[in-house]
Amino acid sequence: MPSRSPTRLREFLGGARDTLPILLGVVPFGLVFGALALEVGLTPFQAQGLSLFVFAGSAQFVAVDLIRQGAAPAVIILTIFIVNLRHVLYSASLAPHVARLPLRWRAVMGWLLTDEAFAVSTPRYRSTDVERGHWYFLGTGLALWTGWQLSTAAGIVFGTRIPESWSLDFALPLTFLAMLVPNLLDRPAWAAAIAGGALSLALRAVPYGFGLVVAVVIAVGIGVTVERISRPKRLPGVTRDPD
Amino acid sequence: MTPTEVWAVILGGMVVTYTTRLSFLLLSHPERLPNFFGRGLRLVAPAALAAILVPQVVVLETGQAEFFGPRPLAAVIAALIGWRTRNAWLAIGAGMIALWVLQTLFPA
Repeated sequence: MPSRSPTRLREFLGGARDTLPILLGVVPFGLVFGALALEVGLTPFQAQGLSLFVFAGSAQFVAVDLIRQGAAPAVIILTIFIVNLRHVLYSASLAPHVARLPLRWRAVMGWLLTDEAFAVSTPRYRSTDVERGHWYFLGTGLALWTGWQLSTAAGIVFGTRIPESWSLDFALPLTFLAMLVPNLLDRPAWAAAIAGGALSLALRAVPYGFGLVVAVVIAVGIGVTVERISRPKRLPGVTRDPD
Repeated sequence: MTPTEVWAVILGGMVVTYTTRLSFLLLSHPERLPNFFGRGLRLVAPAALAAILVPQVVVLETGQAEFFGPRPLAAVIAALIGWRTRNAWLAIGAGMIALWVLQTLFPA
């Protein structure tokens, strides 16, 4: 089908291109992870294995920290589950867009469903022509996957010789900020973001990011409430105001 | 930790992570979910992104929150530039440069 493949390729490359700036935050994080995993006593294969098979940055850091403390494997696996619970919300948010895709597509998209892939592709799914949104998602997800694997490997091989005074760790929240801006399209989105940030700050002492999940769920509830207040149901017979 | 235990963590971590990500993608009729659920889903991205980034910007290594320091100020500058230009490269670059300048002007 030569008429369809250019669209697919364009979506795929568009997703990859829009992900490149996000890699500014991902790559230093991967470098630090690779170096830290060796410091804790993991072999290079185990360190890379965490990135290859778990593929979840913050959970990998928590896992390595717990391995250092000598926690039981079952405890570490349960903790990884809790740290990654927010992905259930991403999965639910993405589900309506992918329900008609074959299972093999959904299996691949689930594998690549990180914070970054979700955040970069969400505005694309909200635009009008989303026929090939999954190709865009694939471009985003594979760019992130490749960046994460290579930066982990570089951290394993070269260690972290980045001077601390460069503050490269700050690139990660900046990439999240850059992903947040296109998602702030209306008042409910603003409310959800402000509530999410404030609640997560208030609940930061709750261990293993569980406070984060609670903060996101409450913030979404606040956003939905703002939506109900700002767009009340119109009475029958009342004409709609022009806007 | 023995090598077997480490690999148990890696494979167990893989299973639980993939479970969370795949969960709702397996539904063939997500539109049958309750209505309030559907309305909230588009707000997951802004809520989660802000919830992840705000503590990273505001919380110091001591665990205290600092709202008027180099990091929060640099984040505000990055947000304004991202808002005006809609360009992620410029937003992230401006945020890093702002942080370096502020850290030089106001050393801790």
